[in-house]
Amino acid sequence: MTRATRLDAAPPWSEVGEHAMSPTATHDEIARFNFLANFNKYMSNVVVAGNAVAYERRVAPHWRAQHGVDPANRREIRAAMSADAYYQLWSALRRSGMEMRQQAGRSLVLRQMQALRDRARELNAACAATLRLDNSIAIPPYQSELDNHCMPGSYYAEYIDDDVSAAANYDAGMFATTTGLFGRYLDGAGRGTAQWLSRSRPGWQPRRILDLGCGLGHNLLPLARAYPEAEVVGVDVAAPMLRYGHSRAVGMGLGRVIFQQANAERLPFEDASFDFIYSTMFLHETSHAALRNIFGEVRRLLAPGGVQLHLEQPPYRGMSDFEQFLRDWDCHYNNEPFWSALHETHLPTLLAEKGFAQADIFETEIHAIVEDEMPKVATAVEDFGRGGLWYACGAAA
Amino acid sequence: MNELDLQKLINAAASGKRPHFFGDHDVDRLLSIVWAMAAELAVTRERLDTVERLLAERALLDRAAIDAYRPDGAAAAERGQWQIEYLSRLLRVLQQEVDALRREER
Ligand SMILES: C[S@@+](CC[C@H](N)C(=O)[O-])C[C@H]1O[C@@H](n2cnc3c(N)ncnc32)[C@H](O)[C@@H]1O
Repeated sequence: MTRATRLDAAPPWSEVGEHAMSPTATHDEIARFNFLANFNKYMSNVVVAGNAVAYERRVAPHWRAQHGVDPANRREIRAAMSADAYYQLWSALRRSGMEMRQQAGRSLVLRQMQALRDRARELNAACAATLRLDNSIAIPPYQSELDNHCMPGSYYAEYIDDDVSAAANYDAGMFATTTGLFGRYLDGAGRGTAQWLSRSRPGWQPRRILDLGCGLGHNLLPLARAYPEAEVVGVDVAAPMLRYGHSRAVGMGLGRVIFQQANAERLPFEDASFDFIYSTMFLHETSHAALRNIFGEVRRLLAPGGVQLHLEQPPYRGMSDFEQFLRDWDCHYNNEPFWSALHETHLPTLLAEKGFAQADIFETEIHAIVEDEMPKVATAVEDFGRGGLWYACGAAA
Repeated sequence: MNELDLQKLINAAASGKRPHFFGDHDVDRLLSIVWAMAAELAVTRERLDTVERLLAERALLDRAAIDAYRPDGAAAAERGQWQIEYLSRLLRVLQQEVDALRREER
């Protein structure tokens, strides 16, 4: 008899890092997240693997019998798999899980949206100079056309004045969807980025740091902690994210961090005014045209001697068609319309086109840095898009 | 905002078409309901677990006594009746279908 191996359960939601903007959660609200976290973990550690078995044992043979050849690419694999009962059930469960995560977050947050808004107002007023909202900033069409990753109302919906609920929902649910792999404060990518920077440039002190599409600042704050002398700026188009992120930062004693409402395609900063410019899980939510504009802005803003770094899921090049097909699920069924295109884009080429020297462009890997008690990516199977490991592309100026 | 509006807002859908994966789209709908119920069952189970643990902590309950518990005749009969009623409630639609068929026969 083989020894039974146990799958560690996801950390309970009660382990999520508390901060000044944390919503108050009832027993059942927490239990709902606990179910979803373990469901996600079980899906990615156990259930997803069955798709490959179904593909090899019956889907591919059936396709070969009909066409005389194997499916030629991930699109043909998807066409073939769409008729498979296992894949159908896995997909329907996965989609239901995404929707339930939103429902759970919204039922937690919307019932207390006034209280959260009031708390944010109070904290934001204490450091008013570093929250820079600009209501002339329009939501770009590639963002407003579809609610990102099935988040009703996306990052922008405001149900009351000065609403922060979109951000509070995003923050609350992420610990469950990432099953602890991003850390208690969901800042594993930012901590990994700060460590990469300190290792690749020991002793270097960037004077100004810019985080593009910073959201509520999960991965912005670690850079502020790592470089206490630097001016640290996060830009985002979504006011609810900035309001909430700023108040969360103020509550953590990081009121010096600037949260600025701006479109990363056209930034209101002087040429050559930042030493380190980075983004985490941002580029895949923008269109191809926007991506070029953003890299153009980075080219303009990066000071001589500076460096940029962008964290994303790994590109499809070099992956099997089947893995591409699995990773592409979010594009088709989880409202990530630019997911496939971004993962097919050769970012180094794009940076070269914007004038960065070939020799200064690089690709690397960034691991999430999380608390000791949180699970590590090395011990967890990656959940195609939600693991604590990123591909990164960068360039020095 | 009244309670109903809040519930509607909480349960709002994301924009974009809801995908379906099964040949019969009703199966997608049914699965989403079943899965939501599975979650609520887990929530209830966790709550019960909390209650048991709190009672045990306060020495009001010996958790082993739950597994050792055997209902006496009256309690067993009451519980049995609850199961029957519960099943008839769950399977109401089958009963109604047969009733209708019988009516047609006449
Ligand atoms: C997935 S979130 C990532 C947030 C953050 N970087 C993190 O790691 O938690 C993407 C963010 O990009 C923002 N965004 C999208 N398009 C943008 C643009 N053109 N300029 C600035 N922010 C943008 C969205 O509002 C959203 O907050």
